[in-house]
Amino acid sequence: MAAAAEEFAARIRDAAQNRRPLRVRGGGTKDFYGGASSGEILDTRGCAGIVAYEPSELVVTARGGTPLAELEAALGANGQMLAFEPPHFGAAATLGGCIAAGLSGPRRASAGAVRDFVLGTRIVDGQGRLLSFGGQVMKNVAGYDVSRLIAGSLGTLGVIVEASLKVLPKPAAECTLRLEMPEGRAIEAMNRWAGQPLPVSATAWQSGVLAVRLSGSASALREAAARLGGECSEGAAMQAFWEGIREHTDPFYCAADPLWRVSVPSLAAPLALPGAQTIEWNGGLRWLKTSAAAQQVREAAHKAGGHATIFRGSDRSAGVFSPLSPTLARLHRDLKAVFDPAGVLNPGRLYAEG
Amino acid sequence: MGEALPVAQINLERQRAVVAALREFLSAEEVLWREEETRPYECDGLTAYRHLPMVVALPASEAQVQRILKTCHAMGVPVVPRGAGTGLSGGALPLGDGVLLSMAKFMRVVRIDPIARIAVVQPGVRNAAISDVAAQFGLYYAPDPSSQIACSIGGNVAENSGGVHCLKYGLTVHNVLAVRGYAADGEPVAFGSEALDSAGYDLLALVIGSEGLLTVVTEVTVKLLPKPQLARVIMASFDDVERAGNAVAAVIANGIVPAGLEMMDKPATRAVEEFVHAGYDLEAAAILLCESDGSPDEVEDEIARMTRVLESSGATRISVSKNESERLRFWSGRKAAFGAMGRISPDYYCMDGTIPRKRLGEVLNFIAQMEGKYGLRCPNVFHAGDGNLHPLILFDANDPGQLARTEQFAAEVLQKCVEVGGTITGEHGVGVEKIDQMCVQFGRDELEVFQAVKRVFDPKGLLNPGKAVPTLSRCAEFGRMHVRGGKLPHAELPRF
Repeated sequence: MAAAAEEFAARIRDAAQNRRPLRVRGGGTKDFYGGASSGEILDTRGCAGIVAYEPSELVVTARGGTPLAELEAALGANGQMLAFEPPHFGAAATLGGCIAAGLSGPRRASAGAVRDFVLGTRIVDGQGRLLSFGGQVMKNVAGYDVSRLIAGSLGTLGVIVEASLKVLPKPAAECTLRLEMPEGRAIEAMNRWAGQPLPVSATAWQSGVLAVRLSGSASALREAAARLGGECSEGAAMQAFWEGIREHTDPFYCAADPLWRVSVPSLAAPLALPGAQTIEWNGGLRWLKTSAAAQQVREAAHKAGGHATIFRGSDRSAGVFSPLSPTLARLHRDLKAVFDPAGVLNPGRLYAEG
Repeated sequence: MGEALPVAQINLERQRAVVAALREFLSAEEVLWREEETRPYECDGLTAYRHLPMVVALPASEAQVQRILKTCHAMGVPVVPRGAGTGLSGGALPLGDGVLLSMAKFMRVVRIDPIARIAVVQPGVRNAAISDVAAQFGLYYAPDPSSQIACSIGGNVAENSGGVHCLKYGLTVHNVLAVRGYAADGEPVAFGSEALDSAGYDLLALVIGSEGLLTVVTEVTVKLLPKPQLARVIMASFDDVERAGNAVAAVIANGIVPAGLEMMDKPATRAVEEFVHAGYDLEAAAILLCESDGSPDEVEDEIARMTRVLESSGATRISVSKNESERLRFWSGRKAAFGAMGRISPDYYCMDGTIPRKRLGEVLNFIAQMEGKYGLRCPNVFHAGDGNLHPLILFDANDPGQLARTEQFAAEVLQKCVEVGGTITGEHGVGVEKIDQMCVQFGRDELEVFQAVKRVFDPKGLLNPGKAVPTLSRCAEFGRMHVRGGKLPHAELPRF
């Protein structure tokens, strides 16, 4: 790793000196996500490989360029998983890209997000400094929690050279219930169930049908299925369904319409916006295909207590992410300057000025 | 550990000016400055460090908090926020030229939404009180530090507190959705929301665990979880500490994430048994407490699996709690461990290192060697599931030689934790206590980043200065001392 990190550092120092922006990129599977970034590509894939993995420690350490699929296969061979079920959006996805994008999949509402599982990171920042934050242990409160700040920062603060993540055992069994109900009732039901000791690990509502995935011991699944009603089916079809939700290969995502990611309090009322929706995370995540204007979508999200991101397609002139309050925008700019004073790492990927 | 300062050197003229400025909007009862009034605030849970604050402010409203911060900012007066004062790293240690900002009056549960599963509370609300209020809805707040009946949620946010159930349920950072408060200059700030994520950088994660250096929190929104239907705990004895450590690894390698997984060594069980009569096996070299929660079927299933693993890992005795009162009795000794040490020794010093679990045997052997080297006893309690060690050095503060030896003992153990790939603090925070060990754990560049992050939030450096993050010059000084003989500086050096 030292050699790869040193190479990144040299490139970044050179870029900073010459004020030449760099576009940090792994497998390029999430090129579509975030603001357009220009600049010379800094390919992270040369810095790859699992550094340490001991299943009984529930911790894995791997380099940023490690293919996500390779990492998940190694965990799977030991009956473990990345519990936040990150979307890959393509076979070439890397661990570094997964952390930088900060996107979590169907299990997020019950298990937690990417940042919840990040225990430590080593990054090369915009000054070419190799920095190490957090560590390989579950509990660590020494210093500010910069590792979790890196999650979702879209490569604007540093290149992820290495990361340590908490991993969890895969559930003994899983099955999925499919229940017909309208949007409003589905949102309420998901929230009510989340407040009861039920083994719900994922929810997805689409066009009048709520899919509820149960994960746990066989006895817990039987008990829960009986309480919630409906037939709990297992097998390849159900796995394929959740894969489609996670990877956006489900037919819902295939249309050419602009796709919005609207993150709101889970109990927020149905969004009064035109278009079709897939709802996940007990109501907390609403994927919206709409031709409505950005302003309209953002206002609805804001009114509901959340924020809206242009995920795919659409006119991006209004910015990809919801604008920040002046105070938060100032903090963002100043934090960016701590790590990348020359502004050479992925400029514009997150916000125009950062 | 520093030397207790019996008399604070307070600039009386400055004190008069600050009191006068605060009295413009606070009542006489809300501004304390006479020694007999400020004395109760001289330390937090780390009593070896004491210092009288110049002034104590006891605001009751957010507007007052904001005005205190604005006033102090304008006058260049440092501010030390304080919750319930139970912290174990001196994070709320007052400053002789500063205002101690007590959040004790912010005791209101603002709102509970049982369907959305959130509680909005003021920072002075006690950790356990949140679960008490949520219980009527079958919900609870998961992080449960041992001090949960006394510690406040504001303090939990500052320290990113853990507890005995965090392997399965996470730390404060995993269970807080949003915080609201004020920056050092009195500017209102809000991080996170009731949605599961926010636009931009995850500033909420940065603020949680920042030990009161980045912001003063006036409102916290926490996640509530459904209470498991049932919990049962296994108590298993081992005749060898390392074997007990291996049993922990075996449980987890078998795909089980216990709700709680705690270890105590023989000196620790002996000390607590006398105190609480939990029914611990006093002949065992170590005992494990291994908890399962869930539905009755699930728990029965998991207890059976855990029992099998513990047996095949060499447990010499196994008992399973038969009912809730027995479960609480098994836990009572662990939760009372610190109190029990206070009964068998005039003073004790609690460490908080975290290590990769596989290095447990090595680290415990190292601690045993240190007991010999320094002539001090050190029972161990251990959050075995997540690798967080709490060795408790027993000493007598009236013997100045012992205090210094304790300090060196602790420093060596924390450095060992870093050496095996762990950290100097798992859940108690750096505070003033472990500020020198920060120089062991982090390099110059990381410390520079921490200082720069601090300046982003607090350019004048007025919020809780001198805690959590050492200056580079301090590390340089510490480093020289360290090279000279692996010993920490003490009496001759000012500690804060």
